[in-house]
Amino acid sequence: MFDFYIPLEDWINAGFEKISSALSPFLRSSSEILETLINAFEDLLLWPPEIVIMVLVSLLVWWASSYRLAIFAFVGLLLTFGIDIWDATMATIALALSGTAVSLIIGIPLGIIASQSNVFERILRPILDFMQTIPSFVYLIPAVMFFGMGKVAALVATMIFAMPPAVRLTTLGIREVSGEMVEAAKAFGSGRWQTLKDVQLPLALPTIMAGVNQCIMMALAMTVIASMIGAGGLGNIVLRSMQSINIGLGVVGGLGIVVLAILLDRMTESISNKMNKNK
Amino acid sequence: MSIIKIENLYKVFGKEPKAAIELVEQGYTKEEIMEKTGNTVGINNVSFEVKAGESFVVMGLSGSGKSTLVRCLNRLIEPTSGSIYINDKDITKMDKHELSDIRKKTINMVFQNFAIFPHKTVLENASYGLKVRGIAKEEREQKGREALENVGLKGWEDSYPSNLSGGMQQRVGLARALATDSEILLMDEAFSALDPLIRKDMQTELLELQDSLQKTIVFITHDLDEALRIGDRIALMKEGEVVQIGTPEEIMMSPATDYVKKFVEDVDRSRVLTAEMIMKKTATVVRYPKDGPRVALHRMNESDISSIFVLDKQSRLIGIVMAEDALKAVENNETSLDSIIQKDIPKALPDTPVKEMFALLTGKNLPLAVVNEHDKFLGIVVRGTVMAKLAEGEG
Repeated sequence: MFDFYIPLEDWINAGFEKISSALSPFLRSSSEILETLINAFEDLLLWPPEIVIMVLVSLLVWWASSYRLAIFAFVGLLLTFGIDIWDATMATIALALSGTAVSLIIGIPLGIIASQSNVFERILRPILDFMQTIPSFVYLIPAVMFFGMGKVAALVATMIFAMPPAVRLTTLGIREVSGEMVEAAKAFGSGRWQTLKDVQLPLALPTIMAGVNQCIMMALAMTVIASMIGAGGLGNIVLRSMQSINIGLGVVGGLGIVVLAILLDRMTESISNKMNKNK
Repeated sequence: MSIIKIENLYKVFGKEPKAAIELVEQGYTKEEIMEKTGNTVGINNVSFEVKAGESFVVMGLSGSGKSTLVRCLNRLIEPTSGSIYINDKDITKMDKHELSDIRKKTINMVFQNFAIFPHKTVLENASYGLKVRGIAKEEREQKGREALENVGLKGWEDSYPSNLSGGMQQRVGLARALATDSEILLMDEAFSALDPLIRKDMQTELLELQDSLQKTIVFITHDLDEALRIGDRIALMKEGEVVQIGTPEEIMMSPATDYVKKFVEDVDRSRVLTAEMIMKKTATVVRYPKDGPRVALHRMNESDISSIFVLDKQSRLIGIVMAEDALKAVENNETSLDSIIQKDIPKALPDTPVKEMFALLTGKNLPLAVVNEHDKFLGIVVRGTVMAKLAEGEG
């Protein structure tokens, strides 16, 4: 009775081929820029002696958070050096933070626009749902198609995966600001932009920071998966351990990721706590 | 001269406001319109004028449309139809810029839950309106300081609102509105979130400020007591309509509808005052048998009174001594109060209502002692207080 077939697969393949060939000059140039950026970041982290980075990171953590977390940072980084995954760890930091930065640069403005326009939010919401629920491996394919194997494709996949929480929590934070506050700003003659700048954004900051935190964590998770398309770094170690069924290597790679995850999570958390206290 | 003039104002919440207004004009009730069109009539054909320098109170229960009405005056809510003239200009026809201008310069607002900005200092909050207006930092901070001083918050400029009590936070809200020196002040249930004592204080202060500032105030409240205190005129709202406008005296004397009447009666009932509520607790007394006529006379002189209550050691009421009797006793060189204490005096229990106290006092020129069931002295009520309260209650 039911005998029909939708050639979705063929359509999408055909469509992507068209898009990628049409965009290819643009993609190539933007790909080059992105690659230069990530490589520069990674080189910067690998250029000084390891101990300098360890001390600098610890000091940064101390300033942003607490001395206890700073000690953890130092010991953790020392450990990654000791188990010989220093270069991979730095590569992962570079990729995850670049991915986060790009996500935030695009995601926060999108979130702000969505908070101001119901229509825009209604269009954006299913797209974000799609981005969040589709298995992360699926991102890898178009990323590779557009940008080829390598760090840029990994960065783009990371960005797409990590962006939704930044957008959503920015919109949520702004919309949550009490109606009376917004009315008060308007009643004194503030326009939309001024209300946003003076009242809504500062009051939404804790929620936006929660979005930043999630964005970082998801970027870190994605850089591991993106090792399959040549992201390198810690994910690559984990991938190699799987391919060779080498549990020792798997633990080594996994440990590095855990250290980074705890460090980045606690640090953003304490920064947003400090912001809250300043109110 | 009218500074605000509202003509045939309607506000309908919902998708087909025009259809709803037609139904209103055909005489359908709010409920019927809700049923037919799914639209809510928030403001139903309201017209009134407010004179410059007047304190105009809009009173009604929650859901009566009073908060919607006040938000139409600065178009935080867009009216569906009708006109609102501010200084003879129809603000419903203004574009974005003219509207922003009138909000910056002519109309300000104080909010029920204060709505002061938690991330700004008290001074930054107070000078916010001037910042929006684009006034240089130095000048706006100067005016902000003046406004804060006006509301009694000098010295708190650099604090954050979270360190302030509710009453103080609302003072910041008031300062923010006063700093811009606008002609019109909209106050939306401005004191309703405060506890009763602080609320009374704020009302008094607002009246004092109003004496010197002479703003046009549109004050929204659900509390008739507050309306009577603050309003030069009061508009009573019910289900989006204004049912009566008048001075406090007019409203109390001749309620226009049963709705108003019920409101006024409710107030009367809530105003059943008892001796405990109006008595003075710190009365000057003498102790028997320790104190004699000289001490009694001395205390009466000191406190400028013509009679004094006599208590025993356990603070139980024995009677009263009049100044002229004490004087005679001193002249006769008596040392005890025995001969001059009048023991048959009017007494009230803590829960004796004002009307009964009035009866107890008629014909006697004595204060009234308030005692508990064991005759323990609690305080005194003087004639003047009873009369005043009684007049208020019957007004």
